[in-house]
Amino acid sequence: MGSALEQTLPPPLLDVRGVTLQYKTREHLVTATYRVDFAVQRSDRFILLGPSGCGKSTLLKAVGGYMAPVEGEIHLKGQKITRPGPDRMMVFQEFDQLLPWKTVRQNVAFALETSGKLRGKAADDKAMQYIEKVHLTRFADSYPHMLSGGMKQRVAIARGMAMEPDILLMDEPFAALDALTRQRMQDELLGLWEETKFTVLFVTHSIAEAVKIGNRILLLSPHPGQVKAEMNSVPAGADPALAAALEARIHDMLFADKVEEDEHV
Amino acid sequence: MSDRPEIMHEPRGAQDFGVVEKELTVFERLFNMVWLRKCILLVLIAVIWEVYGRHLDNQLLVPTFSDTVTALWGGIKSGVLLDRSWTSVKVLLIGFSTGVFLAAVLTILAITTQVGTDFLETVTAMFSPLPAIALLPLALIWFGLGIGSLIFVMVHSVLWPLALNTHAGFRAVSPTLRMVGRNYGLSGLGLVLRILIPAAFPSILAGLKIGWAFAWRTLIAAELVFGVASGKGGLGWYIFESKNQLDIPEVFAGLLTIIMIGLLVENVIFRTLENKTVRRWGMQT
Repeated sequence: MGSALEQTLPPPLLDVRGVTLQYKTREHLVTATYRVDFAVQRSDRFILLGPSGCGKSTLLKAVGGYMAPVEGEIHLKGQKITRPGPDRMMVFQEFDQLLPWKTVRQNVAFALETSGKLRGKAADDKAMQYIEKVHLTRFADSYPHMLSGGMKQRVAIARGMAMEPDILLMDEPFAALDALTRQRMQDELLGLWEETKFTVLFVTHSIAEAVKIGNRILLLSPHPGQVKAEMNSVPAGADPALAAALEARIHDMLFADKVEEDEHV
Repeated sequence: MSDRPEIMHEPRGAQDFGVVEKELTVFERLFNMVWLRKCILLVLIAVIWEVYGRHLDNQLLVPTFSDTVTALWGGIKSGVLLDRSWTSVKVLLIGFSTGVFLAAVLTILAITTQVGTDFLETVTAMFSPLPAIALLPLALIWFGLGIGSLIFVMVHSVLWPLALNTHAGFRAVSPTLRMVGRNYGLSGLGLVLRILIPAAFPSILAGLKIGWAFAWRTLIAAELVFGVASGKGGLGWYIFESKNQLDIPEVFAGLLTIIMIGLLVENVIFRTLENKTVRRWGMQT
């Protein structure tokens, strides 16, 4: 990567520099990531990809402001991230991320009102606008326990997008869904991106999902997570063979060490 | 590979089946109503009571059901029973709300600070096995023969179970929900009020129910022990007084009133609250 190329880029929206993350369990101090660097540009669909134990979720939590790096800094629009805030909306994997005591529209409107973005009618209108985007208008007054897993995740996405954050942080949002629903949700997410061109930082352990969703992919190695590569994905609608080739290449990179081990046996 | 044939079927039309959907008979539907079954049981108990009372023919031991109902009606008509009930309920409400307030303070301290957690765990472990009535002699010395002592023992009976349940409920709130709340910029008391309390509401409601039941029992027992509070007796006093005058049907009427108030609160007030909240939200089935 030449420095000349970097200079032509605008300053990044999200800048992660030399970030080392550690957390404590009852008995151990675990280093989750070691000196990770990456930069997310506006309207990027930036993927953090790696096997379990590579610290990708921990990294996302740090960007969310839930934990502070022991080394390095994270900047959003030039501001250092110190605590969670509505400018970085999280979408979690768990279905229980919706407030069970609020209906779908109340869940979305509550986020807008609590964070002080909008009040009353304006919040409700904005909520309905985004609920419509995820095709849940009919269920606007249902409580979360009446919805299927895929619908709950759509509400969470609508909630995240309605806040119009600087960056949307998604932590394996489709991992707990069945395969058919997952595919449809991926297509819908890309459709939504085409409409609003929001910036998203997306964590996944699925190579196929990374290639499909992302335009830029950060590969992390496990224990502790270190950057292995940062690569461009294939554009949407490109030859499926290209995508398959990229998937194979990433697969080889991620499992290179393991293959060597196998060969030595 | 294999030469096994594929098998295809067309689903048959519904008209071919004997029953697709059919209404149950009137009797079956009546039998499915829980309240009806319970009412029948209640009537049965009343009949057995009446028969036994007449057979025994000793009003000082077991008055008949009809005598009890007459005494109850008389008490309601003269206003004595209602007056006594109101006195009890009033004291109860003061004691209960004080207990709830203190429990809220304790649990909020516990959820926001480590010292608070340790404190709450220690004091609940110490005091929750202690029956409120056991504190009555002390309460009498500290607060005298009056409403103060009653409230003291009631606060004791409400506070610990409610604080214990609420704290357990707070701790069981999923980390994801907490993170969602913090994502909106909430922290401290805002997070407690807008995320933790509604999320822990099933546990809080359970704690309120237990606290209410404890307080109601404690109050009646305390009234029985030292009777008149500030010149006006409650239901416990009513029972005590009637026993002293050997008006046993009145004693039974007093007991019946305690049961009815208990059932009313449990099945009307708390049930309604449950239906409007945790059941509607799917947090409890």
